Amino acid sequence: MSELIDLTAAAAAERIRARELDPAELFEAYRRRAGADELNAYTWVADGPPAGDGYPDKPLGGVPVAVKDLFCTKDVPSQAGSKIIEGYRPPYTATVVKKLAEAGAPLLGKTNQDEFAMGSSNENSAFGPVLNPWDRRRVPGGSSGGSAAAVAAGIAPWALGTDTGGSIRQPAALCGIVGLKPTYGACSRYGMIAFASSLDQAGPLTRDVTDAALMFAQMIGRDRCDSTSLEFPGEIGLPRAEDLKGIRLGVPEELTGSEGGVEPGVRASYDATLAIAERLGATVEPCRLPHAPHALSAYYLIAPAEASANLARFDGVRYGLRVDGDSDLTTMYSRTRDVGFGPEVKRRIMLGTYALSSGYYDAYYGTAQKVRTKISEDFRTAFERFDFIVTPTSPCTAFELGSKLADPLAMYLNDFLAVPMSLAGIPAISIPSGLSEGLPVGFQLAGPAFSEGRLLDAAYALERAIGFDGSEARK
Amino acid sequence: MLDREQVLHVAGLARLDLSEDEVERMCAELSNVLDHIEKIRELDLDGVPPTSHVVDVVNAFRPDEPQPCLPAEVALASAPEPLHGGFGVPSPGAA
Repeated sequence: MSELIDLTAAAAAERIRARELDPAELFEAYRRRAGADELNAYTWVADGPPAGDGYPDKPLGGVPVAVKDLFCTKDVPSQAGSKIIEGYRPPYTATVVKKLAEAGAPLLGKTNQDEFAMGSSNENSAFGPVLNPWDRRRVPGGSSGGSAAAVAAGIAPWALGTDTGGSIRQPAALCGIVGLKPTYGACSRYGMIAFASSLDQAGPLTRDVTDAALMFAQMIGRDRCDSTSLEFPGEIGLPRAEDLKGIRLGVPEELTGSEGGVEPGVRASYDATLAIAERLGATVEPCRLPHAPHALSAYYLIAPAEASANLARFDGVRYGLRVDGDSDLTTMYSRTRDVGFGPEVKRRIMLGTYALSSGYYDAYYGTAQKVRTKISEDFRTAFERFDFIVTPTSPCTAFELGSKLADPLAMYLNDFLAVPMSLAGIPAISIPSGLSEGLPVGFQLAGPAFSEGRLLDAAYALERAIGFDGSEARK
Repeated sequence: MLDREQVLHVAGLARLDLSEDEVERMCAELSNVLDHIEKIRELDLDGVPPTSHVVDVVNAFRPDEPQPCLPAEVALASAPEPLHGGFGVPSPGAA
């Protein structure tokens, strides 16, 4: 069985296609491992393999997928890490989950996350923190912490997450796996419980770049249920590039210098990866993103502002928790929301409501939207000279549970290197670049909108040359 | 920077019945975060258009054709208080 678990999703799908592996056996192996989860990565695990047929002929071969609890799954608990919708079973399934199931990736389980995807450590879950499989005293990152930990620990072959300001890339980095945040609009958001609608994107968390490409290829496309989704230009094949000849990599001084607060161990791994890229034929040169250091501030106005509007729907009327007693309607709303939301969600609702309130709107939300324009322009200018912008994914490796909980601002600073790409809506991938003091480090590549094909190719060439071994976390 | 009155005002707008403890913590934590965020107000952004969305789609129209929708009992299945085929709520006036 351990041999089964060591197969990547693509390799398992290949064996199933060759009729060398029974998809029901693979599902059962993972279901048993997920059921014995000691990391608190899962909030729900399927009872058994779904009645499926024809898996060997489908692109994803019957390899089961773990899905972040932010995605609605019909008749299966979908709680987004929140007490306010504890036990909620939606009447429909999110488009990307449905697309994956139709392509041959049945639902294995739902994974733990920061409440409504707000957090960088998975400690903001109403269902308890997730532990990092590399060191159980440490966080897996967030908000897709359950998905990342499950893939790294080999209790899921691959997983689906969402990224609003780093929520796929940062946990992928901290858990030593691959995470892709697609171009905004590449994948439907229908059925994703909304956090910040202009930023939220679904994406794969996988053991390697090939698995990410395989899953992503089945997620893309316009959906009539999401008017911001777009037809993806071109097709996504499996990555094949063996070198980086002719590829120009830009190193943004504003993000990788002292202001980014990048730890020495992370910096060393980043520099080593740049050297590998040069050996593979890439050119590595400094580039400018003058407004990128302000992305974090703009993000922490825009995302909470959108969240404060999106989370207005949790009011004790249509689903989930209600706290009333003998009260009027407004009191019922306010009590339900105070009891149902956790501290970080309340903080962001407050911040967003303040930023949108009369008298402050222009100074905060309006200014943040202008900064967003400048950040997009910075990237556009940089991409005239460079194919990809590269940074560490996270300034630090996995930190100890509880170490940043008391200081919201310190927690937000984890997102410093991830939010510029989110605000610009461009794709970015994190791949493991090595270990620092025994903990994984992530390397981030970002490209222009809809450059996922090239991005995956470049990441693949780097991945092969780096030769990162994540098997330690699966023991 | 954010005082008690402001926190209570915003909590009212956000429909959050914060405890006394939470109000106090919110004053300190939000002020700390806003102090950091404030820096973007020093940027020269005159004449810069705002970006609310990166996707350059102005309107996404589709033909207005009737489609099947959720049956009422399914829509009401998760409601805390289904009532006469609708969502029951306390009276806005009761107290």
